[in-house]
Amino acid sequence: MKALLPFAFLALTAAAEAPALPPAQEAAARALMHELRCLVCQHQSIADSDADMAADMRAVVRERIAAGESPEQVKSYLVSRYGDYVTFDPPKTGANLVLWAAPLLFLAIGAVAVWRLYRRKGA
Amino acid sequence: MTARRIALIVPLLMFLGFVALAVYRMGEPQQRVIASKMVGKPVPAMDLVGMDELHPGLNDGDLRQGTVTLVNLFASWCAPCRVEAPQLKALADKGVVIHGIAVRDTPQNITAFLKDHGDPFRRIGMDPNSKAVLNLGASGLPETFLIDGKGIIRKQYIGQIRPEQVAEILKDIEEAKGS
Repeated sequence: MKALLPFAFLALTAAAEAPALPPAQEAAARALMHELRCLVCQHQSIADSDADMAADMRAVVRERIAAGESPEQVKSYLVSRYGDYVTFDPPKTGANLVLWAAPLLFLAIGAVAVWRLYRRKGA
Repeated sequence: MTARRIALIVPLLMFLGFVALAVYRMGEPQQRVIASKMVGKPVPAMDLVGMDELHPGLNDGDLRQGTVTLVNLFASWCAPCRVEAPQLKALADKGVVIHGIAVRDTPQNITAFLKDHGDPFRRIGMDPNSKAVLNLGASGLPETFLIDGKGIIRKQYIGQIRPEQVAEILKDIEEAKGS
């Protein structure tokens, strides 16, 4: 009986946050939850966090999705409050662009170097 | 130096620079305070239920009455909120209008909290689901927002207000009055 206690608690938490949305909306809401950062627990998404604040954020996500907002709209609402920090999928602009472009840039430089080397040898 | 050497050295330096930047940024401490993007913007629409007869609710219209106000996000369960209570009292004693937003809390617990730690608040709006917290771009407790007479959020003080901050906040309030 004692061994089952943790599972009883799991059942309780699940019941406390019963998905109230139709399956398609619930799936969209859950996908978004994995992309949003819990603000009081570093490097955890609100989907993975047990913090009260994360639960409140999940509720807001569900509520807005249920009201017909797209996941993008919900995300941009939170970004308008907290900036890109709130999302694990920040837009590819500004300083972030360097991170995305740098590997391609170095690959291109390498390709040019190799091409020039072989061309010279061939000549 | 030949053009060939430059062609070898420049990409190498760029690559090393990139690695150095990545290593340097990895060593930076994690961001602990998350500033609200609402600073400089009008207070978002809100309509919070009051805590009791002494403390009516709070809506965004209350924050556009021509007076500079402080809005303090607090809770009876929040330990640093106790620590900043004397500072809020000092500000209230100077005539500063302070409204509270009680986060995930109950009137009973707040009443006890205010009895123990002093009551600087004119209005107290209840925020049981953190909706106002999210709307203001706040991330933890306590946080305090300075709002000018037109309802524009001027400043955000993250974390407990320390004794040495009282003078700074009074100065910020004077500045906000001029606008």
